[in-house]
Amino acid sequence: MSIKILKSLKDNLYTLKSLVAGDAKLIVGLAILIIFLVMGFVLPSFSPYKSKGWSQVTRDVPPCWEHPLGTTSTGQDLFWLLTFALQNSLILGMVVASVGTFVGVVVGLVAGYRGGYLDGLLSSLSDIFIAIPSFPILILLAALFLGRIHILMLAAVFCLFNWPWAAKQTRSMALSIRERTFIDSASFSGIGMIGTIFGEVMPLMIPWILANFVNTVLVAIGAEAGLATIGVSSLEEATLGTMIYWALRYQAMFRGHWWWITVPVGVIVILFIALFLISLVVSERFVLGKDRR
Amino acid sequence: MRPIVKYVITRMTSYFITIFIGITICFLMPRFVPLDPVTIMLSRIKSVARINPEAYQAMRETFLEIFGLKGTLQEQYFNFIRRAIIGDFGISLAAYPSKVNFLIAIALPWTIGLLATVSFIAWIFGNIIGLLAVYYKDKKISSALQWLSIAVYPIPYYIIALILIYVFCFWLRLFPLMGGLPIGFKLSLDFRSVLTIIYYSFLPGLSIFVVSLGWWMLSMRALSINLSKEDFVRFAKMKGLRGRVILIRYIFRNALLPQVTSLAMGLGTIFSGSLVTESLFSYPGIGQLFYLAISENDVNLTMGVVTLSIIAVSTSALVIDLIYPLIDPRIRYGGR
Repeated sequence: MSIKILKSLKDNLYTLKSLVAGDAKLIVGLAILIIFLVMGFVLPSFSPYKSKGWSQVTRDVPPCWEHPLGTTSTGQDLFWLLTFALQNSLILGMVVASVGTFVGVVVGLVAGYRGGYLDGLLSSLSDIFIAIPSFPILILLAALFLGRIHILMLAAVFCLFNWPWAAKQTRSMALSIRERTFIDSASFSGIGMIGTIFGEVMPLMIPWILANFVNTVLVAIGAEAGLATIGVSSLEEATLGTMIYWALRYQAMFRGHWWWITVPVGVIVILFIALFLISLVVSERFVLGKDRR
Repeated sequence: MRPIVKYVITRMTSYFITIFIGITICFLMPRFVPLDPVTIMLSRIKSVARINPEAYQAMRETFLEIFGLKGTLQEQYFNFIRRAIIGDFGISLAAYPSKVNFLIAIALPWTIGLLATVSFIAWIFGNIIGLLAVYYKDKKISSALQWLSIAVYPIPYYIIALILIYVFCFWLRLFPLMGGLPIGFKLSLDFRSVLTIIYYSFLPGLSIFVVSLGWWMLSMRALSINLSKEDFVRFAKMKGLRGRVILIRYIFRNALLPQVTSLAMGLGTIFSGSLVTESLFSYPGIGQLFYLAISENDVNLTMGVVTLSIIAVSTSALVIDLIYPLIDPRIRYGGR
């Protein structure tokens, strides 16, 4: 079973390789993403400043040699603040995407493959979670913590509202894969249910899981930034959203400190376009159940 | 029992269960968070005024009463559900002594007026442009449009709003940084009032329009391209029908169905989805009210708005499911 997964992973990697060659959208998306990943996970350890402290540098300096992106009215260097913000936002996004996708895929696979009573229960549970509007509840929760909610707590709530989308789609894919003949051969050859689900059904979904992962990263970072913009996120931490919050709070735009607001807004725009391009290509290229032409 | 009746009953049941669970989560959340709103509120008052202990205790009792936080958890819960069913959310503290219902009733027309109109206009334009992009898919303009919508769609609407504020309010100074109406403007039923409202709502509207337009274009394009590979379209081509006829009568009509669903779902989320836009533009709608409620720690008002948006989302999902067989004759419920 594990060999099978490895093999299918290898196959997928080969196709990924052939994809990267010659697809402008994917190359652009991946290049931008890699730059941001390096900025978020490698650079912070070289930072001369702390991530949270205020008044560490001269305030309101426009971009110059010493401060490549300028400084804020709170006395932070924007470039290094940005690296911390990217780190936190990307961690939040990836935690939500990993947990949400994992739970969703497992629930969806089991529901779709097993069917029956268990399917009914899991499906109606995810339907209810989809129907509950998450944004007002998130705002309510974050507001109750008065802008001091822990970023992982935020991630946990995002996960709670995120897994059902993955579960719903995985279930419908599992339903169609279940009917194929090789699934019958697998179960006749004595592979158990769990083995069949994870060894035979899931590998076919890996491209979709990848696209869903990237999409969820995007959604989670966007949701946090939205909450932060109105001041109900983890305001002490540096995230892309709280950078916008503090810039708005200090009226950066109208005091002529354009660099302060432009940096987080610009980075969000570029990051989101990059993530969207990647998920677009991945989901376009691997349409489940259709041969790749 | 006829299958359709059975379907309607099941669907209605799940509708009420969904609303019930959503409201229950909202009820439980403030009670399991370590900070309680009454203490926060009192500490704010204490920081500006000196209060003796008896008065403090009396105020605490009154606030607990107003917020519905008195009694055991069960008592509070039944009280809350009862009030939610009759639609009475008590008195707002941020705008004391107005009733929550009154505040919502004032804000509601603004949000519905702006968001429903803009969503609908964006939907129509997006569908038409998306379809044209498929028809002229070999032209340069089509791929340019596609790149444009790919670049715009993933950007959150509040980021677009910030960019618009920067360009139009700060840089070009064409529009006011205030939604709704100018201060002291008397509303009357004449042409000038309408123009003023449109002028003041233009930027918040535009920020929502831009993002949803990109989405509708992309999904219309994707749906049409998928449909054009279907057998019935190939058959129509073999029959020798003209491209335009196939596009409108075969592809467009079928692609419209999922688009109608998404539009209805989108309309359901306008009360919560507009929050950031409305607070950025200080537009006097539900979102702004919600923002006020959160920043002033007004539990009753928050609960009122959250309940309203939960009901709106669930109801729009219910309406779609119920009217879907009317607009799509291929769907049959239950009868196998």
